[in-house]
Amino acid sequence: MTGRNQFMTGLAITRFALVAIILALAAGPWLFDLNQQTLLTEFFTLLVLALMWNLLAGYADIITVGQHAFVGVGAYAFYGLAVLADVDIFLAIPMAALTTLLVAIPTMAIIFRLRTAYLAVGTWVAAEVMMLIAGKLPGFGGGSGTSLPIPVVKAFGATLSGRVSTFYAMSFALALLAFGTTWIFLRSRVGLGLTAMRDNEEAAGAAGVDLVMTRIVCFLWTAPFLGLAGVLVTLQKLRVAPSASFSITDWTIYIIFIVVIGGIGSLEGPVIGTILFFLLRGYLAAYGTWYLIILGAVSIGVILAEPRGIWGACRRWGIPDLAPASHGPKP
Amino acid sequence: MSGADDEPLRVEKLNVYYGQFRAVHDIDLTVAAGEIVSVIGANGAGKTSFLKAIMQQADRAEGSIHAFGLNLRTMSTPQIVAAGVALVPEGRRLFPSLTVAENLRIGWEIGRRGSITLDRIYSWFPVLAERRDQPARRLSGGQQQMVALGRALLANPRLLLCDEISLGLAPVVVGQLYDILPKIRAEGISMIVIEQDVVRSLAVADRFYCFLEGAVSLVGRPQDANRDVIMRHYFGG
Amino acid sequence: MTIDMLNQAIQGALIGGLYALFAVGLSLSLGVIRFINIAHGDLIVLASFLLMSLSGLLGLSPFVVALFMLPLAFAAGYWLQRLLLQRVVGESVLPVILVTFGLSIMIQNGLLQAYGPDTHKLHGGQIEVASVHMFGLFDIGFFPLAVFFTAIVVIAALDILLYRTSIGARIRAVADDPAAADLIGLSSGRMYAIAMGVVGMTVMLAASCMSVWTNFDPAIGPSRLLTAFEAVVLGGLGSLWGTLVGGMVLGIAQNLGAQMDASWQILAQHLIFLLVLVLRPRGLFPKA
Ligand SMILES: Nc1ncnc2c1ncn2[C@@H]1O[C@H](COP(=O)(O)OP(=O)(O)O)[C@@H](O)[C@H]1O
Ligand SMILES: [Mg+2]
Repeated sequence: MTGRNQFMTGLAITRFALVAIILALAAGPWLFDLNQQTLLTEFFTLLVLALMWNLLAGYADIITVGQHAFVGVGAYAFYGLAVLADVDIFLAIPMAALTTLLVAIPTMAIIFRLRTAYLAVGTWVAAEVMMLIAGKLPGFGGGSGTSLPIPVVKAFGATLSGRVSTFYAMSFALALLAFGTTWIFLRSRVGLGLTAMRDNEEAAGAAGVDLVMTRIVCFLWTAPFLGLAGVLVTLQKLRVAPSASFSITDWTIYIIFIVVIGGIGSLEGPVIGTILFFLLRGYLAAYGTWYLIILGAVSIGVILAEPRGIWGACRRWGIPDLAPASHGPKP
Repeated sequence: MSGADDEPLRVEKLNVYYGQFRAVHDIDLTVAAGEIVSVIGANGAGKTSFLKAIMQQADRAEGSIHAFGLNLRTMSTPQIVAAGVALVPEGRRLFPSLTVAENLRIGWEIGRRGSITLDRIYSWFPVLAERRDQPARRLSGGQQQMVALGRALLANPRLLLCDEISLGLAPVVVGQLYDILPKIRAEGISMIVIEQDVVRSLAVADRFYCFLEGAVSLVGRPQDANRDVIMRHYFGG
Repeated sequence: MTIDMLNQAIQGALIGGLYALFAVGLSLSLGVIRFINIAHGDLIVLASFLLMSLSGLLGLSPFVVALFMLPLAFAAGYWLQRLLLQRVVGESVLPVILVTFGLSIMIQNGLLQAYGPDTHKLHGGQIEVASVHMFGLFDIGFFPLAVFFTAIVVIAALDILLYRTSIGARIRAVADDPAAADLIGLSSGRMYAIAMGVVGMTVMLAASCMSVWTNFDPAIGPSRLLTAFEAVVLGGLGSLWGTLVGGMVLGIAQNLGAQMDASWQILAQHLIFLLVLVLRPRGLFPKA
């Protein structure tokens, strides 16, 4: 019993430390310099993407290789609304999320005709189509893209440091929102069905979990978050362009590596993976293509050795989930 | 004890696990040359797991398994089949999109060469000859079981393992299948016949083993066994 | 329809032969092992670079080199399956997708590291410039015809292999029920590996045709994968001849799209795919 108590105390301390870290991050604009804030903004954006990819692949059994589609749609929707339609930027942001959702509905209707492995490549085709169409839309600068006009940028802060802090706050809020709502979502009735699905699809089906409906809800759930991430990306790069806004490398390939290495099917996995990704990038970025070769090799190694990634290994060592998504038996 | 070269099967202290669950519990079982051994037991008694372990298809097994002096534990399933041990799996498990002839020929190709040929199978089961070019999924249950039996026989085994041949079949059809057993025996093939139907299976057997919850609860000869005793060891309690 | 459009459609249909060559290997791995090899396109590109290096080194035509490389390609596919993919095939498709995805990124960047980002094209010799004049209306390149013919031969050969040989019956048996196969002593792992060996050979043939027909660089693998995938789905899953028709539909769509505007070429290809997916989710020639 004492061992168990110590364990629970350890868990409590860990959780307390996490809350402290989150509070510190909330105070980021006062604690970190501009470079650190910029890096963290990027971190939060990738974290949102990782959480969404993990929700689909790790729980809903939807493996997408076309996640960059909705990032790009969000980016282009924001540009269209804020710049071309002259909508107030703080209205344009939620509207961009809504637009992404609206694009996601017909996309889903078409590609959900494919299942499992076919669906994975189907999402990729859909992403290609959207990227090609984005390059043809009038007013968006064609294939080479276009920059955000100064007034739109200035609306986020008159000074550079002001803007960096605004973007930091926005991305932090989005990451918190994505993590929090996804957690709550996973603990809801639908979410419990998802956890059942993660563990055993057949049993979940037999237990009356509506698999099709659950998949639809999940797919649509991720769309606005991906769209909002697209808005953040646009604000960081200050421009939209098909190749950058719809970047498969940045918004899908890296994300898959992040989640695979961190641990599919847990909420902790994407966080660990994103942290690791930034640490690795700091060391290996100088090696260019080798960086991607190494990431590819590491992720293959992880799948072979521990399909549930680093957090899966932690679970196996008896470390309980810090953000348990199911009401399963307590350790 | 590794068993003599002519001893079809010697299983000692066999345990089979699914995860933490032990489905087969310290089973000792032998089959003598030319013998038909019946294994009876209720649903879930561990009969299928036992056969899977012999074929080296169990997730995890412990103990020793020797056939014809060979240590099966060190062999792969294709090697075991080539050495003369063939399985008629539970539920028939034909390849549904392949024709009857293709299903049968696979048995021939993976097995040993011997006296049982495609033509002889067709002469034992004439209906299969008629339907040789039809996909297996179109056959009736009884005909599918004939193909499954034929596929295993075409491997020219010295030891044939049959898992619930009569499962889900009408009594007449089961009768037709069981009529073949003497012919198989006449080829010098030893057999393990697994059934839940005690009467049917004891009628053909030289000896029987009764499994209860993964362990052997009773061994004997059909003619010595009292029906009530068997039922007690079959259902337990 | 103008003569020009008809001409474009015919040229497009001939490109379908090349696309079918991309697709047959993918179709085989999907049909037999039920997984999608995300690295399929990258393997074609890898083979193209290999052909480039070897034909340069030996001073031989890439077609000749490809023929000599076929046994090696078989072995490569066989061992790729045995040593890597076999460890992750199973009920869930997630691990296979992720492993082949990782492989895809490694191949792309490995080629980038080894050969740089430049675009290449191999020389096939006289056959590339020869053409036949048809119906007094248009010129059909000899090389596209040869590639189309190659696709027909490859598909016919695969058809015979799968449906007329005993090894083909065993491959189909494993595709039907791998667990049953293992149970009776027909090793599914071995049959899968043989199937992937055959896939490797189709990859080599596809590479020899592609590297002479079109430009290639380390990054184009994914677009080849998407084309192959679309041809497979369009044709009807599991139908080898269907992939040829699927490839032709894509090629025609590309060329007619390019007639409108060069930038519409690829978009037209994808849109026709999505359209058919909506109208006929099971493809043009679904297998029963
Ligand atoms: N694949 C499996 N996973 C987990 N448990 C299994 C599996 N197969 C069988 N079992 C369990 O092992 C026990 C024996 O099963 P089995 O060998 O099929 O019995 P029998 O053939 O006598 O009906 C049963 O309790 C069954 O539930
Ligand atoms: Mg059984």
